[in-house]
Parts: sequence; structure tokens; C-alpha cells
Amino acid sequence: MNGIIELELGRLIAAYLFVVVLIGIVRARRIPREREITVATLRMTVQLILMGYVLGVVFEQRSLWLTLAILVLMQTFAIFNIYGRVKEPLSTSLKRIIALAMAGGTTVTLLFFIFVVIHVAPWYEPRYLVPIAGMLVGNSMTGVSLGVTRLVDGMKSRRDRVEAALMLGSTPRQASREIIDNAFDSAILPTINSMVGMGIVFLPGMMTGQILSGVSPTTAIQYQIAIMLGIMGAVSLTVVVFVQLGFRTFFTHRAQLRS
Amino acid sequence: MSDEALFRLAHVTYKSVLSVAALSIPAHRPVAVVGRSGGGKTTLLKLLNNLISPTSGTVYYRGNPLEKMNPIELRREVVMLPQTPVMFDGTVEHNLQIGRLFSLRAAAPQEELQRVLELVSAGALPLDGSVETLSGGEKQRVALARVLLMEPDALLLDEPSSALDQETEQQVIEAAIRHAVHRSVSVIMVTHSRDIARRFADVIIEVEHGRTADEQPPNSHPNGAASRPPQTGAGE
Repeated sequence: MNGIIELELGRLIAAYLFVVVLIGIVRARRIPREREITVATLRMTVQLILMGYVLGVVFEQRSLWLTLAILVLMQTFAIFNIYGRVKEPLSTSLKRIIALAMAGGTTVTLLFFIFVVIHVAPWYEPRYLVPIAGMLVGNSMTGVSLGVTRLVDGMKSRRDRVEAALMLGSTPRQASREIIDNAFDSAILPTINSMVGMGIVFLPGMMTGQILSGVSPTTAIQYQIAIMLGIMGAVSLTVVVFVQLGFRTFFTHRAQLRS
Repeated sequence: MSDEALFRLAHVTYKSVLSVAALSIPAHRPVAVVGRSGGGKTTLLKLLNNLISPTSGTVYYRGNPLEKMNPIELRREVVMLPQTPVMFDGTVEHNLQIGRLFSLRAAAPQEELQRVLELVSAGALPLDGSVETLSGGEKQRVALARVLLMEPDALLLDEPSSALDQETEQQVIEAAIRHAVHRSVSVIMVTHSRDIARRFADVIIEVEHGRTADEQPPNSHPNGAASRPPQTGAGE
């Protein structure tokens, strides 16, 4: 791109001076965090270098299958990350619903984005598909994690109330309605909040990246608006699919609460 | 008609909690279920409401095996009141109407709500007041009024008066059973009090250590019907 300053290796290494300063501070204050800081810095460096090379190859090849493989890998990582983030044990059926909601919700949004909003050719152009998929999947992962936590917690802490509603002849959906609404609400709230502060409190990563690489701010903003709406769509779709199907896993086919 | 079996249990077991070889529960007669806590009384009620399914054996409701019936439709006819009263967010009125809402019945008119609240000695509670500030006893009475308003075929009451003082307890139970009998609602009530069981029930089922036996009370129930039910089932 035009106008971008390539960082020389020596100058990039100079940026590590910030880490040295931080280690100096924690050492002086006797805060036992040196090891974590070192490990985090190393991991960040190695992971990004690896990712840089992988993306380099993927962008170079422009292969449909290689791009799809990256998306599948990303999706799998996100799904297992959700399983790991939720502290309560998850049933196999709930795990299936999580996977289905993530895969279904993000794929539909991604396809809409690629074919309708950006209209790039070929549609699997990895330079667009991979980073956009990353943002949609990453944000949906955060949303669904929150939704899962709220749903599982709610079904546990409000078990008496759900059971009492069933005793009165309610359907499982009516009995868990408050819990479902609550889970949906808390899952999409961070996305809504981030839109409120956008552009004033902080410049989002994608836009910053584009501006740094020489794209005009107005173009960068167009992309940012589109991606924010896409993120909102992906998060809402994954979360709504998850909660609408997920609550059923807490009931038997006889509309009884599973023990 | 009064001798028609409302429920019949045949070789029913539930985990290691309850085991009933044969039990028949008559319709339109107040039935009390007594026994020590942990003996399986609540489990018996939940089996009748199909909130749990038996591990083995069959429960029949008016001659039909429960597992062949739609569980939600069944629960709209066989309504259960849990021992710990559950309040839903909102006003007293919302909490009274929600049973009718769940069971797809039309909302009850305000006068009816007020009348049933008075019946359970809670006439002073404002309909538009929040349920958050209610005491345990008030919540229990609102929960009881809620199921009475539903006028189902059968009411399963699990310790409906455990949070009330003795005098109020007697009044509330008497009024509730009178109301139910008057509207042809069959009542099956779990109670900790043998005294309550003897005073208000026609049939007493004793559940001890997960086994049942039934006995006849010495007197009749409060609406004055002095009929003695036939031997309704052989407990183990």
C-alpha cells in the first residue's frame, strides 16, 4: 500500500524497550510478575510471526480449499474455547447446539457479507475472507460464551421456578422464558456497548490498521461501519440460535427437567 | 361417579425412593398423603403430575397411562403446588393469573381474584402490590390461591400450609378444600399433620420409607359428606 513505513528490524526491536521498562518496574516494586510478562511477550511474538507466515502463504496461494481450511480451524478453535470458558460442566447435547449455533450463525453472516456487502471476486479472496471471518467468529465466540454461562447459571439457580411453572402446565419455553431472555440480553450487550463508544473513545483495530497502511480514513470508516453491523448480525444470529435451541437440552421429551 | 379412580398406580417404582405395588386414588374425595419427611410423599405427587416418570410400572389417570398422554396438557388438568411457594416477578395479580395463563384459560375477573384471596385469608393483600415484600406465609397463600383459581380436574398440594400458624392453617385448608369440593376439583394433599389429614380427608395414604398404605379417617370431610370410600387400594 502507498505511504506505509516499513519497520526496520532494529526499530522494531526498540519497541521491546517497553517490556524492559515494565520488568524494571515490577522488579523494583517486588511484584512477582516477571515470568508472566516474559512468557506473554514471547508468545505474542512467536504466535504473530507464525500467523504472519501462514497468512502470507494463504494470501499468496488464493486457494479455495486452503482458505476454507483456515476458516474451519478458526471455527473449531472458537467452539472449543467456548467449552473451556464456561465453568459449569456442559452436556453433550448443549455442546452440539453451541457448535451448530456458531457454525450456522457465523457462516450465514459471512456469506451475506461477502456476497452482498463487499461483493469481492473471487468470493473466497483470502485477503478479505480470513480477517472478516476472524472478526465475526471472535465476537460471536464472546457473545455465545456469555449466553451459555447465563443460560446454564439461570437453569441452575432458577430451577425451582422453572419446575413450578411446569407444574402449572406451562411449556418448557414459557417456563424458561426469563432465563432465555436474560441470556440473550447479556450476550449481545457488549456488542451494543462497543458500538456506542466507537470512534470517540477508541479507534477500532481494523480501521487503525487500514489507516496506518495508507487507506483514506473515509474508506476505512466505511469498512468499519460495515464490519460492526456484520459483527452485530453474527453475534445476534449465533446467540439467538443458541438460546432458542439450547434451553431445550435442559428438558426431556416428556417436558420434565433433566436431573 | 365418586368411586371412579382418579389415579391408579401399578407396580410403580421411582429409583430407590418409592415403590408402590398397587394404589388407587378416588376422584372427588379429599385425599391426604402423610408420612415422615424423606419418605417419598413429594415423589408420589410428582409422579401423578408427570413431572417425573416412574423407573418402572405405570401410572394411570382416569384409566389412561400417563406416559401416553401429552404431559403439558395433563399438567393443565392435574395441577401441582410445590411445598416452597414460588413467586414470579411482578404483582400479586400477575402471580394469581399466571396459572390460568400457562394453562390457556381466560384471565379471571378481579372480583374472583379478590374472592379467592379472601378464601385463603389473604384478602388484605393489594392486587397491584409487588410480591417481593410478601412474607413466607403470604407467598404460600398467594400460591395456593393461584392453583385454586385454575379450577383443574385435580389439585396436588404439597404441604400447602407449612408456613402458616396452626389456626390460620386450619382455616385456609378448610376453605380451600371446601372450595375445591364445591367445584368438583379432586384434592390430593401432602401434609405433615395427621390431625389435618384426619379432619379434612376422606382417604389417607401413608407413605413410609418409600412404601404406601392407606387408612380411613374416623370422621368425614368439611362439606359434610359422610360417605366412606371403599377400600381404595392395597398398599405394600
